[in-house]
Amino acid sequence: MSVQTAELSGAVQGAIRQRINRRGVVVVTLLIAIVLILMAVTLSCGRGCLAPRDVIAALMGDDASGTTFVVNDLRLPRALMSVATGLCFGLGGVAFQVMLRNPLASPDIIGISASAGAAAVFAIVILAFDGWLVSAVAVVSGLLVATLIWALSSHRGAAGARLILIGIGVSAMLDSVTAYVLLEAPAWDRAEAMRWLTGSVNGAQLPNVIPVFGALVVFGGLLAASARDLNILRLGDDAARALGVNTEATRLRVTLAAVGLVAFATSAAGPIAFVAFLSGPIAARVVGGSRGILAAAGLVGAILVLAGDFTGQFLLPARLPVGVVTGAVGAPFLLYLIVRTNRNGGTI
Amino acid sequence: MTLTRDHKALRVILVVALLLATVGLSLAVGTRSVPWPEVWAGLTGRIESIGAAAVAVRMPRTALAVLAGGSLGIAGAVMQGITRNPLADPGILGVNAGAALFVVVGVAWFNISGATTFLWLGIAGAGCAAVFVYAIGSTGQGGATPLKLTLAGTATSIAASAFIIAVVLPRNDIAGSIQSWQVGGIGGARFDTILPSLPFLAIGLLLSLGSARILNALALGEDMAAGLGQNVAWGRAMAAAGAIVLCGTATALCGPIGFVGLVVPHMCRMIAGIDYRIVLPLSALGGASLLGIADVLGRIIARPNELDVGIVTAFVGAPFFIWTVRRQRMRGL
Repeated sequence: MSVQTAELSGAVQGAIRQRINRRGVVVVTLLIAIVLILMAVTLSCGRGCLAPRDVIAALMGDDASGTTFVVNDLRLPRALMSVATGLCFGLGGVAFQVMLRNPLASPDIIGISASAGAAAVFAIVILAFDGWLVSAVAVVSGLLVATLIWALSSHRGAAGARLILIGIGVSAMLDSVTAYVLLEAPAWDRAEAMRWLTGSVNGAQLPNVIPVFGALVVFGGLLAASARDLNILRLGDDAARALGVNTEATRLRVTLAAVGLVAFATSAAGPIAFVAFLSGPIAARVVGGSRGILAAAGLVGAILVLAGDFTGQFLLPARLPVGVVTGAVGAPFLLYLIVRTNRNGGTI
Repeated sequence: MTLTRDHKALRVILVVALLLATVGLSLAVGTRSVPWPEVWAGLTGRIESIGAAAVAVRMPRTALAVLAGGSLGIAGAVMQGITRNPLADPGILGVNAGAALFVVVGVAWFNISGATTFLWLGIAGAGCAAVFVYAIGSTGQGGATPLKLTLAGTATSIAASAFIIAVVLPRNDIAGSIQSWQVGGIGGARFDTILPSLPFLAIGLLLSLGSARILNALALGEDMAAGLGQNVAWGRAMAAAGAIVLCGTATALCGPIGFVGLVVPHMCRMIAGIDYRIVLPLSALGGASLLGIADVLGRIIARPNELDVGIVTAFVGAPFFIWTVRRQRMRGL
């Protein structure tokens, strides 16, 4: 495709496009490197720091140094959970933001994360489900709530502002459901409650990480397959239709993929506050153009969760779950975004 | 549709009756249901049965629900009037969260105790949050639109609650008492903590009720209000001060409770028209009834546990919020 376009519209445009593509590749590579570095830090540093040699030895299954338990059973699941949920939230968030052409339309603001969280808590506490079933309930509830928000806000023409306000209302309602169900839990402790209220990767275990990676493959693949159409959708519905994109089918696919990603991540680690909301705008800033924004947003999400978890555990005077840290970063960013959009005279 | 004076009077009487019924239910219903004779015995201080003792415990709680609900209802009506925003509510605009943040920080970092200090902290926090949210929400074109104010309020609430969690979580000594307060609890009410709040509530009530005239003028538009001879800036400031004192005090007493101030004024307008001289006192009565009913529901739904009243009001109020959003024309948002 790129060769043809370059011939048609001249060498200048081709060069620009190539630069954008190259920038995308460089940025994504850099982001992957940062994720790997943060993972290495998570694996080697904790209450005490281990030498890289010991960490590798433990990962290889060498029990000699006595670090196997710390690295393989405590830190590795935690790091993997952070990466998996971060990727899911980042991808799901940017998919919604791009599809609805609005940075505020991320799943954690319009109530999708809240619904997945409420459904997961309900499935665990009331229905006594575990594993895949919890995630399935969360996905179904996420889809139902997405449909509900769409239906409620499409009154007299779908409008961004109405969608966001209705989403905020739905979030408030579902958060109260979560609080209610947690009260019914036989013996809920505060740590467990924090997971469902703000999100936490504390006590992550390998069997819980696997479904999230499965969701990444399935729903992430679906999203990647729709990436081209999704990009064209940004030009507006009419233009997209003229370019041969089936807008309704694309919306449906993207919604399914994004809800699936967010719901699986939420049912494993809780609705980690604002990761979905923050990843897209940050990724757009570093990537610059449209190419590669999906991958970049996913990686930014992973970086946010890894860095937030490390900060919450070791850099602050008290140990805090990752959701508190990302919430404390995300809320001021939301305020900044509101002020900036208002100043520029744009509509949110 | 114009309502005749008789119709309005009848409806106002109905709201008063609702409030009385709520108070009765709040005294009688709970983990243990108390028959009416024992309720009466408890009220008059003849505590000879378990039921009467239960009523004696429920009395401060009922009083708190009435006071806090009334404050939040009237504060919501004032806020909707000042900002000319149908979505205004002390919870949604982040004012309650600001009050909660100040109280929690005062308790955790400065070891503050004493009911009156709490109240000052709550009012200071509510004031700071109100100014902050309004400043952010009114940047840019078109001034403070409902969308901008709501978003600014939501973001402020989230920031405040993240901060509250960060402050409270490591402090096991205060965590238990703050946790229930933080979701909006009136279960632990005692007369000796309610009593110091009465002067504050009275001042807030007077300021709010006194601003009915300016709110009526503002409803016609700012220019029209000025044309009618109102000092708009001064009147707004007084009304806002009244609302801030009311919701700061209510939050200091029972934690941030949302949606009461949203739902009640809308209902009151449906009942009695748009005249703030009637809407404001009616909102106080309605808010008291709503919070009382929410508290009774919270005791019934989760028996033998109790659901904090803030959870109930959010569950009931959020659909109302959505409905209000849907009713607005897009231009209004």
